[in-house]
Amino acid sequence: MTQAPATRAPVRERGTTAMGTTAGPGRRDLPGTPVFDGDSSRRGLRMNRLFMSLRHAEARERFAADEAAYCREFGLSAEQERAVLDRDWQAMIDLGGSIFYVYKLAMIDGLSMQYLGGVFTGMGEEDFLAAMRAGGRRDG
Amino acid sequence: MAEVIWGLATSHVPSIGAAMDRGKTDDPNWKALFDGYAPARAWLAEHRPDVAIVVYNDHANGIDLDFVPTFGLGTAERYEVADEGFGRRPVPDVVGHPELSLHLVESLVDEEFDLTVFQELQVDHGFTVPLSVWTPDPGDAWPCPVVPLLVNVIQYPQPTAARCYALGQALGRAIRSFPEDLTVGVLGTGGMSHQLAGARAGFINPEFDALWMQAIETDPARLAAMSREELIRQAGSEGIELIMWLVMRGAMDEQITKVHSDYFVPASNTAAGIALFENRAPRPA
Repeated sequence: MTQAPATRAPVRERGTTAMGTTAGPGRRDLPGTPVFDGDSSRRGLRMNRLFMSLRHAEARERFAADEAAYCREFGLSAEQERAVLDRDWQAMIDLGGSIFYVYKLAMIDGLSMQYLGGVFTGMGEEDFLAAMRAGGRRDG
Repeated sequence: MAEVIWGLATSHVPSIGAAMDRGKTDDPNWKALFDGYAPARAWLAEHRPDVAIVVYNDHANGIDLDFVPTFGLGTAERYEVADEGFGRRPVPDVVGHPELSLHLVESLVDEEFDLTVFQELQVDHGFTVPLSVWTPDPGDAWPCPVVPLLVNVIQYPQPTAARCYALGQALGRAIRSFPEDLTVGVLGTGGMSHQLAGARAGFINPEFDALWMQAIETDPARLAAMSREELIRQAGSEGIELIMWLVMRGAMDEQITKVHSDYFVPASNTAAGIALFENRAPRPA
């Protein structure tokens, strides 16, 4: 594959439904639950590679020096590059980011998984943390 | 022959390791979790095996998404602790047991579990946090050699719960057919309910976790019958990693004896569980 994937999954509302197709073995009914599947991983491969590279201090320095150039080096799509530069965490997930990989970038910014939870739920970090300490969030 | 003497199921949340590494185990947000570990740790300190097998998953540290092995087994003499981005955990590297590893690979492939073989592997918190739950102060070395058994739980489709349970059963047979007399501890890691992304992030399901905690001891076949989708619905998109507990359980006898269990919410965004079982039938009351 020589071209960076740029399209989104066909049937999906941002952040509200499972990723994947609506037919065949990928069919799932899991509201509010992004499932990192083969399609996500295919679309997100280059972006996830970028995130994984950030384990290394020298990579973090090069990234910090010119984030856009670093994104281009890894062959991110324009949408993915925009999501990374804007720290649009939801878009990174929607564009094929694995949460474990996306988290590498959050760590660079000094952000916690609770911060991300606050973003994904729209609750904000403080309320999200309070909800976790109160026993976590429930369905319904 | 080698024999499994105990099974330990435990969450592997990175912040549990971080709390230990930073001396925060008495912090009010953490103390109850670590108090809940104490009885298991005391028992384990008295029951050191010759070798341990850790069933775990990597989190963008030892392997990446270029290759996604469904099951993998390490055959190295040594496993380096990964630097996950901000310095490696201050814990010892892991000494492996290549002879047992190679025996397990051959036995499991003969049983048609076609594992990926790792001759080199850096291990991350998914591996080292369970070792720290077992042994909080390892000093220069972990209590015994350890063999990593990797399960893909982060990219759908994960192996089915039934397949994990069957792998565990084959693992138990493979251990028992090892010619050397060795005692073995098996760690099943991950869980319990949690979800990191999406509108349902922060999801915790204590009722399901309680069911799982009971059934892993007395009725694992019931858990093995659950579909991937049902697991994600009940335990959250990351809680599906509980399937790794079934590998551990499968390697043990049908009847086991619970030594200790505990449950704590939250470790970061996760319900943390620990369950320690001795591999023998319960003594009659």
